[in-house]
Amino acid sequence: MSAQVPIAAYLILAAILFSIGVAAFLIKRNLITVFMSIELMLNAVNLTFVAFSHMWHQVSGQIFVFFVMVVAAAEAAVGLAIIIAIFRTRQTLNVDQIDLMKS
Amino acid sequence: MPSNLWLIPILPFAGFLINGTVGRKLPRRAVTAIALLFTIYPAYIVMNLWLFMKSAGAPLAFTVTSGPWIAITGLHIDFAFTVDHLTLIMLGVVTGVGFLIHLYSAGYMAHEEGYWRFFAYLNLFMFFMSILVLSSSFLLLFVGWEGVGLASYLLVGFYFKKDSAANAGKKAFIVNRIGDFGFLLAMFLIVREFGSLDFTHVFNAISANPDWHGGILTAIALLLVLGATGKSAQIPLYIWLPDAMEGPTPVSALIHAATMVTAGIYMIARCHTLFDRSPYALAVVAIIGAATAIFAACIGMVQHDIKRVLAYSTVSQLGYMFLACGVGAYTAGIFHLLTHAFFKALLFLAAGSVIHSLSGEQDMRKMGGLRKRIPITFWTMTMGVFAIAGIPPLAGFFSKDEILYQAFISNNPLGKLLWFVGLVTAGMTAFYMFRLWFKTFFGPERFDEHTDLHDHGAAVHTHSGSHAVMVVDPEESHTHGVHESPWIMLFPLVVLAILSIIGGWVGVPAAMGGHNEIEHFLDPVFGTGAIAEASTSAASHGLELGLAAVSVLTALTGLFIAYLFYYKKPGTAAALAQRAPALYRLVENKFYMDEIYGAVIITPLLMFSRIFLGGLIDGGIVNGSGAAAAATTRGLGSLVRKVQSGNIRSYAGWLALGAAAVLLVMIFGRSIWPH
Repeated sequence: MSAQVPIAAYLILAAILFSIGVAAFLIKRNLITVFMSIELMLNAVNLTFVAFSHMWHQVSGQIFVFFVMVVAAAEAAVGLAIIIAIFRTRQTLNVDQIDLMKS
Repeated sequence: MPSNLWLIPILPFAGFLINGTVGRKLPRRAVTAIALLFTIYPAYIVMNLWLFMKSAGAPLAFTVTSGPWIAITGLHIDFAFTVDHLTLIMLGVVTGVGFLIHLYSAGYMAHEEGYWRFFAYLNLFMFFMSILVLSSSFLLLFVGWEGVGLASYLLVGFYFKKDSAANAGKKAFIVNRIGDFGFLLAMFLIVREFGSLDFTHVFNAISANPDWHGGILTAIALLLVLGATGKSAQIPLYIWLPDAMEGPTPVSALIHAATMVTAGIYMIARCHTLFDRSPYALAVVAIIGAATAIFAACIGMVQHDIKRVLAYSTVSQLGYMFLACGVGAYTAGIFHLLTHAFFKALLFLAAGSVIHSLSGEQDMRKMGGLRKRIPITFWTMTMGVFAIAGIPPLAGFFSKDEILYQAFISNNPLGKLLWFVGLVTAGMTAFYMFRLWFKTFFGPERFDEHTDLHDHGAAVHTHSGSHAVMVVDPEESHTHGVHESPWIMLFPLVVLAILSIIGGWVGVPAAMGGHNEIEHFLDPVFGTGAIAEASTSAASHGLELGLAAVSVLTALTGLFIAYLFYYKKPGTAAALAQRAPALYRLVENKFYMDEIYGAVIITPLLMFSRIFLGGLIDGGIVNGSGAAAAATTRGLGSLVRKVQSGNIRSYAGWLALGAAAVLLVMIFGRSIWPH
């Protein structure tokens, strides 16, 4: 076994990934990019789960990751369908223009 | 017997509910039947009650209590009715005359719009009036007191599409409120002083303490007098009654002559124990009464509207009753109330019949010569005129004479002056009533006949002299010549005429060989029997007869002057008026009382309301606080609205910031706030 990668490294990586995800979510206007940034955040969280699971030698973290992946997959399916529907009706994916709910 | 006492007020109320809710959809016959049935049955009960009270061994008064009405610490008021002899007389007037006037209205109002509404209000009035006279406490009396005011307001403003009628209704209501305010204050004082509003309790408390004079009793009595001046149209609150003539004539007869306006006199008589202890308040009552009597009679002499003459006459006669109460002759006051109810209701109804026959004309300058055209109305009205003028042996003679006599012999230092004022008023009364009589029924026909195609149609226009001929509107379809009223209207007239003749015979004084039955009848209430007995010694019989002769002579003088002015030489009055134009105009304009009140009270009040209450309080504080609350909400809203932008990314940004804040607190918070 090679030397153990310290847990902090995983956490820092996850934090960086999550922050990129948040930043992209806030800055980007394209709905698909926003969607991707959500996936990025989810996976950053997954990474911390796996890291802690490994550290404590417990499987429950890994099981959570599977659940998250399943939910993310379902969400991607539904979300992409919604995005297509929006594009068909409004001919745009700019989030600032999808403002029907705004009074 | 006492058990169906409740039906007396409740039946008219049921009539009011039925006619008031579904009356609009009912045929007129049904409305009439309901209104009449629900008023004749109480009259029947009262008749039985009368027989019961007259029967041997009957109690002097009995009370029916339904149970506690208001029961709090220190104050207990039962919902209770009391019947004694005074109540009985009032009930007789209210239900008896009330029924006759209902009957009359069925004919008089037959072609009016809102027929059902009229009868609903009339029944409502009967309900409250019965409550008023039956109540056994000040509070219940006040309920009736306010209720009749409401009914009066509704009925005066019955033709509410006419501005003048609507305004007259409001005036009647508002002026009465001033009196009611006095009544309320009096009740507060009574509660404070006696801890009860029950008549028996309060009056027993006063009787139990024979040394109690003046002081708080005077204050209570004066406040009650204020209430009475409002309801009974006395100076200074009489101004509403003449305007109340805007209502239909049966209303004037029932409410503004026979019953409601006598409520003030009834109330004073009811509280006689209280008033007897306050010579000052009694003197005020007497002076108000005498002043009102002569003042109103003055105005009545120059009015041209037949109903207004009668209205001022009512005010004047009510002044008489006040005068009687003021000299402590409550029996005489109630006696006059009774006879006045007969003859004044008769006069109003007969005037209504005249107006009806002339298709709504009320100006006496456009009447005349009606004697032959409407003979039954003429004869019944003649009875009324002679009765009110005090010609023996009609009703008014006995009651008016009793008042004058009592004023004369009273130990009030003003007694002789009051008597003299009353005497002059009697002369003036005779004058203006005969003036009305001559102008309406005698002389040339000054009215215009619209559709009567008989030969004397042309003659009408020629001798109208300086008087303007009534402008005829050919479009008016309901005019159909001068005609006698239908029997449904004449029957009450005849009954009331008979009562006006014989009504006074219950009070024939001993000096004229009578028994003065009404005095004995009311003895249990007023307890003046012993005093009256003592004063009617043989020596005073001569005095009483002499005074009666003087007042009859005065009345005849009034009659003679009216005869001269309005029958023999019709121009005399006008010539006299031209001699003293300023005086005549002053009187004709009712001494400008309305204008004075307008300038002295109403205008400042309006200014105060508009500027202070309307501008500062309402505009500044009430509206201002609302506006301030609205502005605060709007300001806060505009701040918070920025958060709800509808922009997904800004939501996400807030979310991220919030999460970051939570994180920061969790990481560093512990070091800042250690446990």
